[in-house]
Amino acid sequence: MARLHPNGPRPTQITAGRIGLYAFLFIAALFFLLPLYTMVVTSLKTMSEIRLGQIFSLPQTLDFSAWATAWSGACMGTTCVGIRTGFWNSVAITVPSVALSVFVGAVNGYALSLWRPRWANVLFGLLMAGGLIPYQIFLYPMVRAMANVSLYNSLAGIILVHVIFGLPLVTLLFRNYFVSVPEELCKAARVDGAGFWRIFFEIMLPIAVPMVVVVSMLQFTGIWNDFLLGLVFAGRDNLPMTVQLNNIVNTTMGERNYNVNMAATILTAIVPLAIYFLSGRWFVRGIAAGAVKG
Amino acid sequence: MQSAVSIKDLKIAYGDHPVIEKMSIDIAPREFLVLLGPSGCGKSTLLNAIAGLQDITAGEIWISGKNVSWEEPKDRGIGMVFQSYALYPRMSIRKNLSFGLRVAGLPKTEIEARVARTAALLHLDKLLDRRPAELSGGQRQRVAIGRALVREVDVFLFDEPLSNLDAKLRNELRVEIKKLHQNLGNTMIYVTHDQVEALTLADRIAIMRDGVIQQLASPAEIYHRPANLFVAGFIGAPAMNFIEGRIERGDGRPVFVSKGLAVDLSGYCFQVATSDGPATLGFRPDHLVLDGAASGLPTIAGRISVVEPMGSEAVLWFDWAGQSLSLRLMGDVSLKPGDALAPGLDIRKASLFDADGSRL
Amino acid sequence: MPIKRKPHLSATFALLPTWFVAVVVFIGTMAWSIRLSFTNSTLFPSSTYVGFTQYVKLFYSAKWLASLQNVLIFGVLYVAGCLLLGFLLAAALDRKIRFESAFRTIFLYPYAMSFVVTGLIWQWMLNPTLGIQASVRSLGWETFVLDWVVNRDMAIYALVLAGVWQGAGLVMVIALAGMRGIEAEQWKAARIDGIPVWRIYVSIILPQLGPALAAAGMLLAMGVIKTYDIVVAMTNGGPGNSTEVPAKFIMDNLFGRQNLGLATAGATVLVLGVITAVAPFRYAIYMRNRAKGAA
Repeated sequence: MARLHPNGPRPTQITAGRIGLYAFLFIAALFFLLPLYTMVVTSLKTMSEIRLGQIFSLPQTLDFSAWATAWSGACMGTTCVGIRTGFWNSVAITVPSVALSVFVGAVNGYALSLWRPRWANVLFGLLMAGGLIPYQIFLYPMVRAMANVSLYNSLAGIILVHVIFGLPLVTLLFRNYFVSVPEELCKAARVDGAGFWRIFFEIMLPIAVPMVVVVSMLQFTGIWNDFLLGLVFAGRDNLPMTVQLNNIVNTTMGERNYNVNMAATILTAIVPLAIYFLSGRWFVRGIAAGAVKG
Repeated sequence: MQSAVSIKDLKIAYGDHPVIEKMSIDIAPREFLVLLGPSGCGKSTLLNAIAGLQDITAGEIWISGKNVSWEEPKDRGIGMVFQSYALYPRMSIRKNLSFGLRVAGLPKTEIEARVARTAALLHLDKLLDRRPAELSGGQRQRVAIGRALVREVDVFLFDEPLSNLDAKLRNELRVEIKKLHQNLGNTMIYVTHDQVEALTLADRIAIMRDGVIQQLASPAEIYHRPANLFVAGFIGAPAMNFIEGRIERGDGRPVFVSKGLAVDLSGYCFQVATSDGPATLGFRPDHLVLDGAASGLPTIAGRISVVEPMGSEAVLWFDWAGQSLSLRLMGDVSLKPGDALAPGLDIRKASLFDADGSRL
Repeated sequence: MPIKRKPHLSATFALLPTWFVAVVVFIGTMAWSIRLSFTNSTLFPSSTYVGFTQYVKLFYSAKWLASLQNVLIFGVLYVAGCLLLGFLLAAALDRKIRFESAFRTIFLYPYAMSFVVTGLIWQWMLNPTLGIQASVRSLGWETFVLDWVVNRDMAIYALVLAGVWQGAGLVMVIALAGMRGIEAEQWKAARIDGIPVWRIYVSIILPQLGPALAAAGMLLAMGVIKTYDIVVAMTNGGPGNSTEVPAKFIMDNLFGRQNLGLATAGATVLVLGVITAVAPFRYAIYMRNRAKGAA
């Protein structure tokens, strides 16, 4: 006899597996969020409250004085001008570095993928190898060479260094992007009489706008977050925010002002975080593109 | 008369790997030449070389009486239509059409006039302010053709322009291109791997294989008198039937002999003097007559294996001596698989090839 | 005879600055550094060659040996931790859950922050007198110990913890993108075959994510060799030598201790390390591509 009714009850939506899944996700979320939470509440506490040793407790009163101190009064060694100068230094370093490296990288990617001049593959190989090698091997000779042309310890110098070390990744991303552009587009434009630069500016760059946005974002966070190159090349007057932050936190004498330190840390992280939260999808695209090098 | 395009001893090689060897073609003004062949035969490379998009290794290319072998594409007096349309994605249709003219620095009024004229010719008037992404495939291809026309040059190059379109649109645009050629009278060189396009559009077809032209002739000549086995097999659907056998001369008259079949060749028009030896007999499915006995032609008897009705016609597949042969019939068919038949072969329409595959 | 046109002159010209960077900056400075490693340079470069003396000195240095050992422990645990946690997070997010994009945002945001910030946050969290340890103790668990940053034996694991917190999101993004790229029909086929979900992830999904995960692992491993910022910010190499790393050793000798010869020898060893780590990987890809091309 044919069975008229299905065997057993209709399955419910909630199973032990689902509960376990959500439990895992919530615990993981807690692990990722706790440091951010701690950082924020610490920055809003007074030192006397911090000394109670309740790192996770909410502040009894909201005290923004630590933020003000971090911005304009925190001490690096003997100078107490806050992280303000570092912020503006980072802006002055990052904006031109991003613009220049994205432009040069886009031209490189375009030339390497759509024009393939002689030795293009050799150049690309050298560039990729350069991107893999630890910076330490380049540093000292670069310092000497830049000192010779008066670029060492200058804003122009640190910008140049960022453009140089950004080239491998930016070129790679643009090359991979332009490789997927049909070659016929370039051919059609050549039949129309356009040359190398005209095709680049009038046809290829407009197509690559999404990639320009992605790469700019990647470069912006990368250069803003840089510590090593800023420390070595920027010079005392142009130290980026990351270096100043480390100086504030790790070279203070006497009692550490943890609330000020955390406020300064948040201030340093806030620019890349803002980019991340405001443009999550693009940022994700950027790292996904950057990761799939092979 | 001066040729529109003339290729002289052209050689193209990638490193040691030759793509085109010692090729020479003369294309007359107003001629529609189709380069036809399987992928990788060098037909697109040849077209790109004519356009100046592909560096040549040796030889010369002349367009309208000028040696343009090392000229930039824009200075060759050509317009080109690409397979992927290659429309500039961020420009409106108007900008797409006028880009080349703007680069050349033509006066604004002239540009506007030419764009308007081209748009009217191709019915693009209403689309001028749209972006390529907002157009259908057929419209995009018309814009691509327009971009070539607007240059007002003597020679147009088409690189598989219809192969990205669906079958219905392809037929429509094929007719449009033919009309365009009839109205404008420009020289056109057209690359395709689709034999229907080649047969319908061309004044002459150049069939290419491995960088060498196999036959350069009118569509009728190529269809009815293929120069070799490759051309014979490449053109026609269903493909030409081939029977391997020998030519023998018993009592002076040449006879084709194979597996119990003996066909008198005295009606066949030989191109070259032949002696006895192995040969291949080729005949098209439409060169068989269903009722062989009534026609008085030599018959090839077999049993039907498959019937493919195609509306106005039908293709019968039948087994003969262990191989499958095809026969094309007009109108409706009442025959079924398993039925016996003995179609007659008209030797005057058949082709004979020698052991090397060349036409006899 | 027509004059052969010089093709693509503009393209060659446009690439000149990049040629300069590749040849002069990358190759040139590297050659200079390697040359220095065979001299007795201290504060200033010297041209007195001393053979492999600096390398011998390097491998007699307890600090260098400690830093090699540390970077190895850190590297293995950090890469493995990021890959494991990242894959698990991706698999969990792939199960058609609610608030997926919120979770994804939470798991990835640390990756947007610098190593300096990461190091400082965790330095504070793990602070033994005022951090997590103090909080847990005040809840009544008087013997609770979480003093990794000041404990010689545990400090390196503190770095791993901070590193995984920062980098797991990257692996998650790459793995999730890979999982979304797998055709839905494979899922349907596996469900009809009655294969349990965990088994599908292990036997069907994971092998297909191999190349993507390898790329992510590679990216993280490159970061390991360059590890510097997070150490400086979090522990500055201490306590003792317990979190010294090669990159920091080189920096200290370059700019702090004025020991150029030793520093460049260390840098050369580091570069050799990268080459030996990357070369087999690249070679495998090259051979695979060639095999593909031939087929």
